Amino acid sequence: MSTLILLLITGVGLGALYFLVASGLSLIYGLMGVLNFAHGAFLTLGAFVSWEMSRRIGEGTWLTFIITLVIGAAVGGVFAALTEFALIRPLYNRHIEQVLVTVGLSLAAVAIFEGVWGTDPQYTKGPEWFTRTTDVLGAQVPNDRFVTIIVAALVLLGVVLFLKKTRYGMIIRAGVENRSMVTALGIDVRKAFTLVFTIGGAAAGIGGVLASHYFGYVSPALGGSLLIFAFIVTVIGGLGSLSGAAIASVVVGVLQQITNFYWGVGDFVVIVLLAVVLLTKPTGLMGKTA
Amino acid sequence: MSQESTEPILRVRGLHAAIEGSQVVDGVDFEVPATGITALLGRNGVGKTSTIKAIIGLIQRTGGTIELAGERIDKVPTHKIIQRGVGYVPEDREVFSALSVAENLKLAERDEHPNRQLVEELFPDLVKRSSQAAGSLSGGQQQMASLARALLNVNKLLLVDEPTKGLAPKIVQEVAEALTVAAHSVPILLVEQNLSVVRQLAAGAIILSGGKVVHRTDSATNFLDDEALTQRFLGVQSEEALEQAAETTSGGIV
Repeated sequence: MSTLILLLITGVGLGALYFLVASGLSLIYGLMGVLNFAHGAFLTLGAFVSWEMSRRIGEGTWLTFIITLVIGAAVGGVFAALTEFALIRPLYNRHIEQVLVTVGLSLAAVAIFEGVWGTDPQYTKGPEWFTRTTDVLGAQVPNDRFVTIIVAALVLLGVVLFLKKTRYGMIIRAGVENRSMVTALGIDVRKAFTLVFTIGGAAAGIGGVLASHYFGYVSPALGGSLLIFAFIVTVIGGLGSLSGAAIASVVVGVLQQITNFYWGVGDFVVIVLLAVVLLTKPTGLMGKTA
Repeated sequence: MSQESTEPILRVRGLHAAIEGSQVVDGVDFEVPATGITALLGRNGVGKTSTIKAIIGLIQRTGGTIELAGERIDKVPTHKIIQRGVGYVPEDREVFSALSVAENLKLAERDEHPNRQLVEELFPDLVKRSSQAAGSLSGGQQQMASLARALLNVNKLLLVDEPTKGLAPKIVQEVAEALTVAAHSVPILLVEQNLSVVRQLAAGAIILSGGKVVHRTDSATNFLDDEALTQRFLGVQSEEALEQAAETTSGGIV
């Protein structure tokens, strides 16, 4: 029983990391029709810059951790906004070229990260509390799992509030449904493009900082390994649906943890789940039709 | 304004447009007068909707010129054309179904002082349903919301594409009345298949066939009365059929 609880909470934690990547992917695809393969690079850069900063300002304190979360968000957001502005925007409405340029950026980014920080993992050190465990119904759950889950939940809440309560949120929701009609109301939808990239990149940057504590290290491949599952989560949840991405993240994370622990087939089961969803409901759990 | 009113509000010259490489608008020339309702007619698939979309750049314009109130707009992106004072009411309404009615309208407000009063007078139903998701409205109510989005702003021109399509006769009449009111203050280019509505509303008419203008008239009624012309350009069988259609939609029979 306690093992199952541990697996559940760890799985939700892993799902939280997937969500931080998948939320941006889903919004970007929903609004712009671009599958962003460079999204993992936003995460990795956020993680590396935060790791560098934490070594300079002193590892192992809560203050440093919170500062690095902010730095991760800022770095991911700025990197993503620049990507949209410099690479995606000039290829407006050319979706295949846009996808190819993000693939290129993701490969180039990993090479640059390897050049700067090397291929070996760089170990992180969070607040001392992270290394301890909390007893949940007999299960000893590492504390960093809770932090990951809480921060992801706050990001979800923040993005939902933004989408529901602000004018730009309204433009994004309308644009996900029918982008050309948004422009036909006299709204420059390209500003919303930059905005979803920025928000998605910031969430990925936060995900990078959290992942570096969850796994205990940063490496150039960190973003890519999470990105694959985030793509799967995005498809299962329904492209363009934030709530779909949130639900699918938790389902995939938990399923992966449990099946990995007992049978070592977590990745395989996730692929099977993806296939089943695509065969029975190709738009995903909560995706828009067509 | 009275001096300018002899100048057309919209002047389209040799307009070509393509969807995914295939030519759907093939050298269209016409003018829309600065007052009243001008109908854009033709059989299905002759390029009426494509012409409207090409005017505001929703599909790729591949040639020709378009002038709105004397200014070229054929190289201007869609959102900037709309901001210059064009209201667009698309075929099939295209309300944002996941957004509330109020959000749909709010999104459409371009002016600092949008004309909410007019919209509330014309469509009291929308006020009652402002917090409802637009996707849960009936077809008629969605059409009202779509019209309301355009009427909220001060426009130089309205482009209205098949506003009565698929609506019940009573609602058709409501839409026609709303357009009549709107036409007091703004010229309208109207695509419409319901010929009795055209009779009721339109001053002039432009008839398209095969992506080209094949006929122009200052009197839509005269055109519709000419059996040979309607037969040739619209494929309408006879005047009796027209009368019947007119009676049906005005609620005389049903």
